[in-house]
Amino acid sequence: MKIHEYQAKGLFRNYSIPVPEGFMAENAESAMEVVEKLGFPCVVKAQVHAGGRGKAGGVKLAKNKDEAKEHIGSILGMNLVSKQTGPEGQLVRKILIEQGLNIVNELYLAIIIDREKEMPVIIASTEGGMEIEEVAENTPDLIHKVHIHPVTGMSAFHARELSFRLGLNKIQQKNFTKLLFNLYKLFMEKDGSLVEINPLIITDTDEVIALDGKINFDDNGLYRNPDVAEMRDIHEEDPLEVEASKFDLNYIKLDGNIGCMVNGAGLAMATMDIIKFYGGEPANFLDVGGGTSEERVKEAFNILLSDTNVKAVFVNIFGGIVRTDLVANGIVNALKEVELKVPIVIRLVGTNEAEGRKIIENSGLNFIAETSLPEAAKKTVDILRSN
Amino acid sequence: MAILLNKNSKIVVQGFTGKEGSFHSSQMIEYGTLVVAGVTPGKGGTTHMDIPVFNTVAEAKKATGADVSVIFVPPPFAADAILEAAAAGIGLIICITEGIPVVDMIRVKNFIRTTSSKLVGPNCPGVISPGESKVGIMPANIHKKGRIGIVSRSGTLTYEAVNQITGIGMGQSTAVGIGGDPIIGSDFVDILRIFKDDNETDAVVMIGEIGGTMEEDAAEYISKEFNKPVISFISGQTAPPGRRMGHAGAIISGGKGTAEEKMKTLREKGIHVVENPADIGEMVKKVLS
Repeated sequence: MKIHEYQAKGLFRNYSIPVPEGFMAENAESAMEVVEKLGFPCVVKAQVHAGGRGKAGGVKLAKNKDEAKEHIGSILGMNLVSKQTGPEGQLVRKILIEQGLNIVNELYLAIIIDREKEMPVIIASTEGGMEIEEVAENTPDLIHKVHIHPVTGMSAFHARELSFRLGLNKIQQKNFTKLLFNLYKLFMEKDGSLVEINPLIITDTDEVIALDGKINFDDNGLYRNPDVAEMRDIHEEDPLEVEASKFDLNYIKLDGNIGCMVNGAGLAMATMDIIKFYGGEPANFLDVGGGTSEERVKEAFNILLSDTNVKAVFVNIFGGIVRTDLVANGIVNALKEVELKVPIVIRLVGTNEAEGRKIIENSGLNFIAETSLPEAAKKTVDILRSN
Repeated sequence: MAILLNKNSKIVVQGFTGKEGSFHSSQMIEYGTLVVAGVTPGKGGTTHMDIPVFNTVAEAKKATGADVSVIFVPPPFAADAILEAAAAGIGLIICITEGIPVVDMIRVKNFIRTTSSKLVGPNCPGVISPGESKVGIMPANIHKKGRIGIVSRSGTLTYEAVNQITGIGMGQSTAVGIGGDPIIGSDFVDILRIFKDDNETDAVVMIGEIGGTMEEDAAEYISKEFNKPVISFISGQTAPPGRRMGHAGAIISGGKGTAEEKMKTLREKGIHVVENPADIGEMVKKVLS
């Protein structure tokens, strides 16, 4: 799960990680009140989950009241288009207004889980404020990493090692160490999957401050972090994906026109792959999960078919523990209630598949039943071609 | 002989009396798996489906000689259950539970390394040696005893592969679901090492997916040390970057871990890669003929 910068900074404050003074605003009036409170210079920052806000005109410095008013007007309500939002862009509903600071140096700091080493890794660089992927590509020597053993946790030498490589003076080193301990604590306690501060700034008084803040969370850890779960902003997500998540369905919208309904994530991906293999384009990834009940199948169809790009549907269910005749009943009953305007190819294999197929064939509904995986995929693609 | 499990493997089920634990245990028993004990804290001293229930894994092991544990407990308690099994000295721990936080798993994994226990999963369908023992949630009827090993990050896609292999008249020595999470107990290389020394396995089907570098590591190992043909499919060729495709571990991040990249590496190392998931069985047949 992703959160906004202002929310990340709220968590930073809770963990005594220094951030600039600032407030979030959702309308121009309260934004101007914040500006009065903070004084000048101040910075107006668009709050969207996507990165690349600066280049897209979503971050602006104001030296006086007129400039502040102008920037608030231009950013609040703008459709921000960056490399990460895609061409359709993202509507800016919230802004963060912060005090301006005297920056002496800009650093980069992040914590992620290193999947290969199976432990958290702290990544730091002197090249703050830049795109870190580019720094890693062009000047890998300037990227410094320390791995933290999760059983012992972070130790002072980890911070010392990074401090020296970043060339910090004694006071800065002390401030950085304190910040790093707190950031690691936050990462582990709140089930972070990524914490990134870019830039982490050094001020003219040797303070170390998080000028930006990005945190992604492990969805599996949300159950024990209700404060984090509450920060979810559904405006930043695809409405169909939000709807699907209410029913515990794993749905991801794609650009094609063949709707897919599959049980199991691996098979769902493989189903998209085979559609592509035969020249079709999947409209979505949809894993209805192991316990494919009638209710879930119905919701899955509702979501699948509300994507207007969908011109054909491919149902691919491998009944393991779940009996395919039960799934077949679920599909038939669901489609009595959902109006069906597109052709559906159904492949049901596994436990009780003969009974399942009979139910599909005797339903009187306009299904195409097929047991072979390649034939089913081919048929779905061919139907679209012939239409 | 198969690997990991045989008909003498003695199983203790953690989370035995719960809904999932009960259902899948009964399926396992029906298959002929030797389920010797269950563990549900607070229910020690009782029996469930005629099998003794214990409060702790250590007690269960002491009383029954259980050497394999299978875990069905919910995510908030699953990491603890794995640690308990390892502390009790259980040799093989198979964790089915989906949804364990990564922060918990990195602690568990780094502890397991220091013990002699082997962990398979979490978020996996389990392990089956057809005709010998089934420990997990996979449907028994599609399997057939044979000489093809299977190792996979996926559940239902593994069933698909098993079905194809049974369909061409061959069977499986052992099918191992290693799990779809970013941090798992045993990776492809760990399982391939065991298949290597198994004289009842002639070839291995490896089913990978996007995310991480486990497939690349396996390719490197196979080219250097593995002595049997490997057939592979990588799912997620059409997955968009940056999106978690159901499995927590199936995500292309920072341009790394794409199916294309993995398939290329595997091919370069002499692995028989199929692009179409329907071709797994046929490729096995072709390679072994």
